[in-house]
Amino acid sequence: MSAGNFNNTNASARPWFERLDRVDRRWIFLLMFLAVSGPILWIGVTGKTLPEAPTLAARAVFQEIDQLPARSLVLISFDYDPASAGELQPMATSLVRQCAAKNLRMVFIALWPLGNQVAQQTIQDVIRDDYPALKEGEDFVNMGYQAGNEAVMKLLLTDFAKAFPKDSRGEATSNIPMLKDVKMASQFPLLISISAGYPGSKEWVQYVISAKNEEMNFVAGCTGVSAPQLYPYFPQQIAGLLGAIKGAAEYESMVNESLAVDGVATAPKYLQAQRRMGPQLVAHLLMVGLIIVGNVIFFARKRRGAA
Amino acid sequence: MKRIIPMWIAIIAGFAMMLSSFVPLAESAGEMFADVFNVVAAIAFVLGAGSLAKQHLEKLSRRDAGWGYSVITLGSFLITLFIGMLKIGIHPNPSFPQAAYSGSNDAEGSAWSWIYEYMITPLTSTMFALLAFFVASAAFRAFRAKNTEAILLLVTAFIVLLGRTFAGVVLTGWFPDWASGLRLENLSIYVMQVFNTAGNRAIMIGIALGVAATGLRILFGIDRSWLGGGDA
Amino acid sequence: MTRQAKTWLVIGAVFVALLVARGMIGQGLGRVYVKRTDVTVTLPDTAAVNSAAAGAASASASASTSASTSASTSASTTAVSAPATAPSITSTSLASGTTMSWQEWKQVPPLEFIAAQKANPAQTEITMSWPRTIGLWLAAFFTLAIFSFLYADNPFYKIAESLVVGVSAAYWGVIGFWDTLVPKMFGALTPGLVKSLVQPSLVAPEMLQQISMVFALILGVMMLWRLLPRGGWISAWPLAFIVGVTAGLKIVSHVESDLMAQAAATMKPLVVSVTDASGATNMWDSWWASVANVLLVTGVICCLAYFFFSVEHKGVVGGAARVGIWYLMITFGASFGFTVMGRIALLAARVEFLFDDWLWLIDPNHFRGL
Repeated sequence: MSAGNFNNTNASARPWFERLDRVDRRWIFLLMFLAVSGPILWIGVTGKTLPEAPTLAARAVFQEIDQLPARSLVLISFDYDPASAGELQPMATSLVRQCAAKNLRMVFIALWPLGNQVAQQTIQDVIRDDYPALKEGEDFVNMGYQAGNEAVMKLLLTDFAKAFPKDSRGEATSNIPMLKDVKMASQFPLLISISAGYPGSKEWVQYVISAKNEEMNFVAGCTGVSAPQLYPYFPQQIAGLLGAIKGAAEYESMVNESLAVDGVATAPKYLQAQRRMGPQLVAHLLMVGLIIVGNVIFFARKRRGAA
Repeated sequence: MKRIIPMWIAIIAGFAMMLSSFVPLAESAGEMFADVFNVVAAIAFVLGAGSLAKQHLEKLSRRDAGWGYSVITLGSFLITLFIGMLKIGIHPNPSFPQAAYSGSNDAEGSAWSWIYEYMITPLTSTMFALLAFFVASAAFRAFRAKNTEAILLLVTAFIVLLGRTFAGVVLTGWFPDWASGLRLENLSIYVMQVFNTAGNRAIMIGIALGVAATGLRILFGIDRSWLGGGDA
Repeated sequence: MTRQAKTWLVIGAVFVALLVARGMIGQGLGRVYVKRTDVTVTLPDTAAVNSAAAGAASASASASTSASTSASTSASTTAVSAPATAPSITSTSLASGTTMSWQEWKQVPPLEFIAAQKANPAQTEITMSWPRTIGLWLAAFFTLAIFSFLYADNPFYKIAESLVVGVSAAYWGVIGFWDTLVPKMFGALTPGLVKSLVQPSLVAPEMLQQISMVFALILGVMMLWRLLPRGGWISAWPLAFIVGVTAGLKIVSHVESDLMAQAAATMKPLVVSVTDASGATNMWDSWWASVANVLLVTGVICCLAYFFFSVEHKGVVGGAARVGIWYLMITFGASFGFTVMGRIALLAARVEFLFDDWLWLIDPNHFRGL
């Protein structure tokens, strides 16, 4: 960003499109900030959210969890850190909520170093706060983080206790009641991965699901950056896919609808994703507008050049 | 010698891992190597931390430009290390009160959690969020419909940007049922499940062939470039 | 004073003025409240534990048994009887029957503090936490420091950047140590120490596990040799192990999931008949599904033709490669759209933090009853 952007003495002599093209990028930054902050303030004050129509990929996630018999074991891998929580936390919250409401037995693991703390926070917000009857070690357990990325997945295929020898409380895996009969990952009928990159959903497909596709189903929640790369696996290897905040909002609305109680409003913490679709809408419109204006400048300059 | 032994280590470890997927007898060897790998990966964190400290200490001793920031990096590094390694302020786990270090660093209210909540979370997430601004600026400056390829890229971006928000419903939600496939929200699904799937699938197939070829070259000792220079 | 410095000064002054004004309106801003819980733990009776464990431990590979923890919880007090443990971990400096107590502080919404104050203005169970409130303000400062890079590179951004590097490196190192090295490596090599200090429930290691961990320790030490000024070549051995294991893992997984499975998934019928609930063929749906399959198969073949450089891109191959480029452009356009979506969501989360947690401008979670 040069000082010339500030001290442009010949600016008024330039045609309009040249002036527009040379606009200081900080004005664009300001527009983006307003596009995001405006709807946040509006939604924060009014509490209104936009309606969501779930797509096939999000519906499949809901159905995969919904069709499991009560007390089924579910392996939930938290493969992200706070840097991506803005996108992934809403879907993690809803996924755990649906599993808890269905009375599934949840085993949390993390392949990202900070994933353990994100899982811990989710357990607190959903299970401990809203499903206090669920007992740690019997209904859910957080096995914490293990280093090794795909080698941990490889180990999970043959020896669960070797991959995760203790839970986050320091209890040996062999002493945890709900894991007494669990020898390997394929004993979990459903694997859920919420991931922000490597290692994440893609690696779960490559190292676990490809080997055990017959025995276990897999649903994934992922960031916008990685979602396009996961679509080729859907629906053969990934049974359901939540892509970015839109996927989270669709799924969140389905879970909320299925657990709605007449006359009782949904707790605001379960509306995070739908609230974020407001700033998303305005910011996307701004992006489209910026691209259009950029192209108008391009064609105006081209026409001037040709003339 | 310096190259031969590492090459054979790679060959033995690689074949053991590969065979463990097909030969039940090799399964336990694969399991053992995976277990060792996990521990070595954890030691790599220590190496990473050590490298960082070494690099900044060198910068500090040379009084390089911006050495003051190295002081901040080293200071925050050492304080975090001290708090985490000694579990400062962590009470024993109530289930195992005899063991002084049985408590988890993640306990609410601990200094470790404080670092996580008030330093790591805002710092890393804001770093990531910063890109939203730069992507907007880049779209304004560089996203130009110069040729067919650029137009395709641009139109797809429009479909996805509009179709994945409520704007799609507002703009094209009124389309009749027989033309519902042309609604922006449906078009964006179509783009992802057909065109994006085709493109990414071809990329994945290409990468898989590349990975298999490179992997086999390493395991057969043909590719030794990863060993770097030096005498054999 | 340069123009840029003046602009900074004005922005800073306006910001501080707004902040002060905000602090004076309504409930104020940026405070964290905590609720106290008193925890009391009583160590088990050693003699009882020994006799109980002696009877139970003989057949078990595990050297410890963890009895259920009985806890009685009152309004703010949790009393815990520690579980019975195996003889191997009773060798502790603390005598049996010793009572340990401490306080735990859980974060609560400001609404709870307001309600507690209304009920009893003298209450001390829920109070404002200074460390966490300072942390909250510091988090807001870091957020703004990083955003300040949007204006221009500056010392605040550089400080934040230096902090994130230092803290993250140490954080990862500590997690790797406590979560993986202690239970796995030290648990196998020095089980007594780990049991008495960290994890009393540790399962007695098998001989093979101990051997493999010795192997891991040697590789680890060789890897750390890299930090020393001489003998850097020694670290090539653990590197070779990492390269070998990764190659062995990746060959199989990539061929299986990204080559075979993807090729199989592309072998789709080009003419699809979609039937509705009554069994009749739905023409429109059938047409769309058939077109989708044709486009998918064509797309994969054309993109592969574009990546295939052993044949010159002329004639049919050239045409296919050209179509392949179009597909790839659409793919990149979709990736761009999704990336934008992701980044905006992250920005929204940060702005929510500033407006909700720090400035108390909005209250989407009803924490303050606005």
